[in-house]
Amino acid sequence: MTNSAFWMMLITQATVTVVTIYFFYRVLTAPDREEPDSYSDNDQE
Amino acid sequence: MSTQTQTWGTRVGLILAMAGNAVGLGNFLRFPVQAVENGGGTFIIPYLICFLLMGIPLLWMEWATGRFGGMFGNHSTPFIVDKMGKSRFWKYIGVFGIFTNIGVAAYYCYIESWTLSYVFHSLKGTFIGMNQSEVVDFFATYVSLTESTLGIPFETVFFYVICLALNTYILSKGLKGGVEKVAKVGMPLLILFGVLLAIRGITLGDSGAVAGCTDCDSFLGLNFLWQPQFDTLWNPDVWLAAAGQIFFTLSVGMGTIHCYASYVKPKDDIALNAMTAGWMNGFVEIVLGASVVIPIAVGYLGLDWVRENAGFSMAFETMPYLFNKWGTLLGSISGMMWFGLLFFAGITSSLAMGTPWMGFMQDEFGYSVKKSALTFGLVTLVMGLPTVIFFQEGVFDEYDYWAGTVSLVVFGLAEAILFGWVFGIDKGWAEIKKGSDLALPRIYKPILKYVTPTILLVVFVMSLIKPVNNDWQGAWNNGWEFDSGSIIGKMMNVDVVHNRTAIADHFEAEVSGVVEIIEMESLTKVLIHGEGAENALASYDFERGDEVIVGNGQVVKAGDDIANGSFVNPIFYKHLSRLLLLGLFIFIMGMVYYATILRNPNKS
Repeated sequence: MTNSAFWMMLITQATVTVVTIYFFYRVLTAPDREEPDSYSDNDQE
Repeated sequence: MSTQTQTWGTRVGLILAMAGNAVGLGNFLRFPVQAVENGGGTFIIPYLICFLLMGIPLLWMEWATGRFGGMFGNHSTPFIVDKMGKSRFWKYIGVFGIFTNIGVAAYYCYIESWTLSYVFHSLKGTFIGMNQSEVVDFFATYVSLTESTLGIPFETVFFYVICLALNTYILSKGLKGGVEKVAKVGMPLLILFGVLLAIRGITLGDSGAVAGCTDCDSFLGLNFLWQPQFDTLWNPDVWLAAAGQIFFTLSVGMGTIHCYASYVKPKDDIALNAMTAGWMNGFVEIVLGASVVIPIAVGYLGLDWVRENAGFSMAFETMPYLFNKWGTLLGSISGMMWFGLLFFAGITSSLAMGTPWMGFMQDEFGYSVKKSALTFGLVTLVMGLPTVIFFQEGVFDEYDYWAGTVSLVVFGLAEAILFGWVFGIDKGWAEIKKGSDLALPRIYKPILKYVTPTILLVVFVMSLIKPVNNDWQGAWNNGWEFDSGSIIGKMMNVDVVHNRTAIADHFEAEVSGVVEIIEMESLTKVLIHGEGAENALASYDFERGDEVIVGNGQVVKAGDDIANGSFVNPIFYKHLSRLLLLGLFIFIMGMVYYATILRNPNKS
């Protein structure tokens, strides 16, 4: 594998992985909205 | 209008379901092949640019459109887009958002059923000890109606019905209890299986090389995929291929995103959700999809073989043979993981395809979730059986072209115009920003209005009139000859030169050459050889009732009659497929018209 191919693969795959994890992290840490929101699992019984 | 109370259970569940909708078989099979054919590592540059300029805007547009329609109790595209445009024309454009899903689900469930069957065969150890041609023959036997690999009559139909029934059952459990649950289990498993296989693909090296194979090395495969060739950046074909790949991989232009998003409340975020689902699809495609099939295949079969044979069929005709090389236990587990991964990729997409129809039936005709799921199953079965029964006659490919390719681009272009120009970019931008957990770059506002529709228009026009051999300059100078893959070329059947009558009383030779006749027990085989060539250029089987009118050693030209009798030519199945799809479209249009009358009996 040539250096340029290796770096192309590494940079692209690392960037995509980091961006995906970053957005997922933002979703998981976003504050809950006031009820009624779109999701039923966090509704009060 | 809807009084239904379907909701998503959690935000993560919605995102996984959206990502599952986008992640499909193409992430593992189409993307690496497109990359191989379009400049390897450099393909990724136009791919990422198209993702930023077309993919993200379309995702935001569709999420915003869906949530906007949901505010009025609409969960299917005809009535969602009807609220955005003043003319009733848009409502009928919205028919594409139901039609495409049924048309694609009809044949997509068939591929899904192969993966289900191959999981079973991998665990059963069917492929152990088979050589490559035996694995290829196994697939041919499996898709043949008359033969069976398990002794089950009509085995391929059996697995198709099982698969469709499974989809129908899950859909009948609703969004939260069915679709979301499957996504929460299926997506993590898909990623786990993908990561394990990718690690194997990346680390395989030349350990699988047979003696004498100098290009059997998985690193060569990775090198081939990722080696930048910057000169290809100036080739418009590469950009067109990248735009096409982004379009199909994100499942935009289908109506499924609109439907899922229509269950999101107006004050809740869509911008961050759309980005998360979109990038997750990118992760599965770029990180996992690029690290499995090509490196493993190159590791065992060599780079030259892959260059010549890279394609969709590798999943079923090559991979089981390669897994064999990892030993009985590991081979079976890897086969189960590979086909399991494809199955989860498939079912999370096919479930999404069921929801627009279900939303429509519930909203407009008051159907229950169960009843609407059942009607989806029945309509899809009616549309899908011809793709199973006449698979080898090309019905599957026709569905894939018209429902799975052309209608996506048409609807994608229409909705981009609707959103940016009819609904208005100011209102549209405000819709996207409403409740957003993400600071949106303002540059996307002009991109949404000008760039995205322009790219889609270019993709559509180039697909419509693509000249033969993609030679635009030559076509301009010497007269336009449509490529057989262009929309107009397909409509004119330019790839069918001979035997253009659907049902004919004579059969024409499709190539020129010397005739060889072999009499067999129940048929007469006519082979046509090229001059001095041993292998036949064409081979035809004629039944006893047909009259072969050429003799051994006779020289025939393409177009000459070689037999009289009663013949159903391949073009018949093209017409049949198109009529079925057209019938489906008109049927859904009729239902939309009827639903409009039900909504407002005084106006239609």
